[in-house]
Amino acid sequence: MSPPHVTSLPRPPTAGEKAVDVTFRHGTFAVGLGVLGLLALIVVEIGGVAAPALREQGLQFLHGETWDANQQVYGIRPQIWGTLYSSTIALVVGGVLGIAVALFISQGFLPRKLELLLKTVIELLAAIPSVVYGLWGIFFVLPALRPVTEAIHDAFGDFALFSPRSAGPNLLGGSLVLAIMILPTVTAVSRDAFAAVPGKVREAAFGLGATRWECIFGVVLPTASSGVFGALVLAFGRALGETMALAMLLGNRNEFSWSLFAPSNTLASLIANTFPEATGTERNALMCAAIVLLLITLAVNVLGTLILARTNRRLRGLA
Amino acid sequence: MMTTDVESPPRAEAPSDPAGTPVDRPRLEHDLRAARSVFSGGFTVLCALLSLIAAFPLFGVLYMLIERGAARLSWSTLVELPPSAIQTEGGGFGNALAGTVFMVLIAGLIAVPAGVFAAVFLAEFGKDRPLAAAIRFGAKVLTGMPSIIAGIFGYALVVLTTGSFSAYAGGVALSILMLPIVTLTAEQAIRAVPAKMKEAAVGMGATPTQVVWRVTLPTAMPSILTGVMLAVARAAGETAPLLFTAQFTYFALRVDRLENAPSLAVLIYEFSGSPYEHQIALAWSASLVLVLLVLVFNLGGQLLARRNELARTR
Repeated sequence: MSPPHVTSLPRPPTAGEKAVDVTFRHGTFAVGLGVLGLLALIVVEIGGVAAPALREQGLQFLHGETWDANQQVYGIRPQIWGTLYSSTIALVVGGVLGIAVALFISQGFLPRKLELLLKTVIELLAAIPSVVYGLWGIFFVLPALRPVTEAIHDAFGDFALFSPRSAGPNLLGGSLVLAIMILPTVTAVSRDAFAAVPGKVREAAFGLGATRWECIFGVVLPTASSGVFGALVLAFGRALGETMALAMLLGNRNEFSWSLFAPSNTLASLIANTFPEATGTERNALMCAAIVLLLITLAVNVLGTLILARTNRRLRGLA
Repeated sequence: MMTTDVESPPRAEAPSDPAGTPVDRPRLEHDLRAARSVFSGGFTVLCALLSLIAAFPLFGVLYMLIERGAARLSWSTLVELPPSAIQTEGGGFGNALAGTVFMVLIAGLIAVPAGVFAAVFLAEFGKDRPLAAAIRFGAKVLTGMPSIIAGIFGYALVVLTTGSFSAYAGGVALSILMLPIVTLTAEQAIRAVPAKMKEAAVGMGATPTQVVWRVTLPTAMPSILTGVMLAVARAAGETAPLLFTAQFTYFALRVDRLENAPSLAVLIYEFSGSPYEHQIALAWSASLVLVLLVLVFNLGGQLLARRNELARTR
């Protein structure tokens, strides 16, 4: 009988251990494949429920303007419009502010410790649930915005952009809250892009006598541009899929409008607001809306991921 | 860092050599009145101003949360059942708190093992194979997928199959949101384990599986935990997926049967549209609790990550 310590000596794996090894490796392979499978399953599963409605409504589903469960007519053009409109406003406002903050906390305006603290705080703000932003929007943003929108309407009311005298939920309020929600994403991702610009490249600019902003506009922004672009695309993707805050703030009106002050709707909030009470064909139609939303966000996200991956490769070449 | 828009010393005359011909030296300072200096200073002010505008609403949310949320917060709000419309005082969100914790737990039980195994494949066995790249890409796409899609998927997969809304369906929907986060962070964690540790184990005759279980996973565990905490923070705050899978109830959470289950997030949504002051006040308190819950997990994860980074560089 061998002494117990012999088992710790180097030895080749036994047949049993080899069998376990092969099983485990194939197991992890299967689970990894499962991640891809899940993505496929999501499309198939939702598509399966959506198919009957899609067959019945046909192309009218995409460009129709009425959503009426009683007549079983479903068209989602106003919602597609509302989704793109609100997300674009949010992207412009949130993008400008987000990039400004990212520059402010990465280009040596503040002491290094404060920069890191602010970065952490902003990452934490990104974690605040959207339903909380929605609650804040109902009780702070909408009331605070009202005198402003009314003043603008009284002054320029003939403009289609400002046409109804807003009472309650409206597109502008929802879009502004959305801008605040995507701001931390824009800031966090573009800050990383700015921080990834090699120090020697910036120092070279300063060495040539560039002022701080000449360096930012001439060196930092161009070098990090695709990273910032990726950040904006990812933020746009988040804005398109954002559900709860907009379901609470937009007013859930299924009508097309140019106006900033009119109640509106998006694909996601249409689904959230209508689904719990929907039955039969309306549920199937909502599934179709979900498929459309999924396709739009997938396209945007894939684009953003590809852009960010390219940036990383390029910057690695620079460093 | 070099700052270029600080006041520069008075400009010296260009020195000349004994023969009297001026030597051409580069000027090392800026004129503060020059257009480019004004431009630079102006942009600094503009940038600071925009940052201030951005900070105002972000901190406004936190301020309002604390001011309104803390007003009604007490032990009884944390344990009692939600008040009906006719009640004008009392009540709480005990059932919703329990529901949120239970559903996130279910989601974690599904997503954490699956995510870690997938990460082991990506970091150890798949590595640079095209399939691994495809899985990585798939996980990234899943992180960007709207959460409402996860809810609809949970509805189609679980609710339609079992014939009822339930806490379990909610857990499945949340697990879809957690899975990619766990996978991607765990892969990074496993990749950061030094190769020489693994090689030492291989040299002792360990199979790759034994290396993973005895060396890699224990070493990477703190970083994996960071990812898990971030995923939990994300899942706990989600509303849309639960709206389609668990819905809401005023009654206590039942885990022994398939029926509607309460959660903090859906409670906030339901009560935010309520005409009753009492329920609105409760929605604010529930928001404060939910945000605290999310922030604790988020901050915990970040601190853990920072401590690991320090330990590794030491």
